[in-house]
Amino acid sequence: MRKSRYFGLAVIVAVLLVLPLFLQNGFHYDLVIRMAINAVIVLGLNLLIGFAGQISLGHAGFIGIGAYASAILTSHFNWPPLAAMAAGAAAAGLLAALVARPIFKLKGHYLAMATLGLGFILAIAMKNEAAYTGGPDGMPVVPMSLAGWEIAGEKAWYWVMALVLSISVWASLNLIDSPFGRALRALHGSEVASQVVGVDVVRYKVAIFVMSAVFASIMGSVTAHYVGFVTPNVADFFHSIELVTMVVIGGMASVYGSVVGAVLLTALPQALATFEGWETVAFGAILMLCMIFLPKGLVPTLAAKLGRSE
Amino acid sequence: MPLLEVRQLSKVFGGVKAVQNVSFSIDAGIVYSVIGPNGAGKTTLFNLITGVYTPSEGEIVLDGENLAGKSPNELARRGVARTFQNLQVCMNMSALENVMVGAHLRLDRNLIKAALRFPGLAGRDRQLRQEAAELMAFVGLEKYVGSRADCMPYGALKRLEIARALAMKPRLLFLDEPAAGLNPKETLEVDELVRKVADSGVTVVLVEHDMKMVMNLSDRILVLDYGKKLAEGTGEEVRRNPDVIAAYLGAHA
Repeated sequence: MRKSRYFGLAVIVAVLLVLPLFLQNGFHYDLVIRMAINAVIVLGLNLLIGFAGQISLGHAGFIGIGAYASAILTSHFNWPPLAAMAAGAAAAGLLAALVARPIFKLKGHYLAMATLGLGFILAIAMKNEAAYTGGPDGMPVVPMSLAGWEIAGEKAWYWVMALVLSISVWASLNLIDSPFGRALRALHGSEVASQVVGVDVVRYKVAIFVMSAVFASIMGSVTAHYVGFVTPNVADFFHSIELVTMVVIGGMASVYGSVVGAVLLTALPQALATFEGWETVAFGAILMLCMIFLPKGLVPTLAAKLGRSE
Repeated sequence: MPLLEVRQLSKVFGGVKAVQNVSFSIDAGIVYSVIGPNGAGKTTLFNLITGVYTPSEGEIVLDGENLAGKSPNELARRGVARTFQNLQVCMNMSALENVMVGAHLRLDRNLIKAALRFPGLAGRDRQLRQEAAELMAFVGLEKYVGSRADCMPYGALKRLEIARALAMKPRLLFLDEPAAGLNPKETLEVDELVRKVADSGVTVVLVEHDMKMVMNLSDRILVLDYGKKLAEGTGEEVRRNPDVIAAYLGAHA
């Protein structure tokens, strides 16, 4: 089990290296890039939901912060994209800390309610501050550039996201198997037990919430630059739910489950397009069947079936 | 000077006085037991001293410092460890990881260094695994080193909690009914284990219903009844105390 820790990561890297051979057009590339972006967000969210046992129903709000920070700061204020991305991440992290600190002192589902409200507020702000955000119509975003090199076209973005995803999986694996990660999982398993061995539970919950918000914000910035356009829909409530669904379907507390969940749920709407108008129904039915037959999520269930603990 | 001194400690839940004006002191290096009928306030007393509950009144002085009202993690920092009457094992983790969590405060807990796997951390982690495995062997769980916690029997989980507490390298260890629910053979093994822990230099405070075990292990015994201190002394003194006999036999003196 110890030796196979990075086995899944090796598989992911291998797939990412070989995949371009099978991608025939821009549409295919685009799909894979969106899968990778979602996977990185879901990795962060799964650390919060699956490993630490806390829920966020407004994570798309943080994606929105990143997306609009990049859009607004680069266009209205001429910031370089990387600086705008960092500013967005800092703002998302700060906001997450401000919201989380008082909430985590309470026990129960307050975080779900608070993040739900926060997500709505952010989405509304993005719709209404039309002078800066373009309102419901959205606004264009300049292309991403790193030290004079502009990232343009699906192929360049593919390799950037392949790298970002691989590093994120690697970092998540490292984190859960570290003193920090064990403390997180312990406070999920038994809050009082983790307290009496010295874990400052409020601090840990805040830290992981902030981290997942920062992940989401950075991916929001990436999405904005990649798509070249941003609308308030990125911060939408349904987007938040979609992300939580990816965590649950892939498998809570499973790093590889996060990736699998993101890949499947990003692809599913495309695969269901043939249902013409019934795709939402089919989508819902598939989710329900998954929850009935695979309540622990795809990867943990399959891992248990194969007799291995991931 | 005693290691721990509890002065006039009280805890009120609504109208219930769970612990009332209890005072006692514990010298370093001894086994100190707290006994009393069900509902006497033993676990509440543990929860107060380990910071899980905030006292309504009174002082808890460890090494000259009043720690009443401090949080559990602050008490952990000062070398106070405990186990739980109803198991508090993290079932989402392996047995070994449960023990490793006990060493939390001795480790580098930085999030960013961990995520980027800074040099040196892997070696430290390997060393920690080794330590945790040794602790599991110490409490007699060597065959569960590779197990998931949720696959272990009840008696083994009880001991896993002791291993986790020992991983803190505590000065003061509170054991809340370590033999509850165990068969006579397992109880005897726990008896030996507690002796071994005490011999290793840890001051042990024990809540236990098994009187044979209590009498066998304890240097001093505190008797609680209805949240009040009924008696305190050596096993022999307590056994002969008429109030204690009355409380246990249900007669009213």
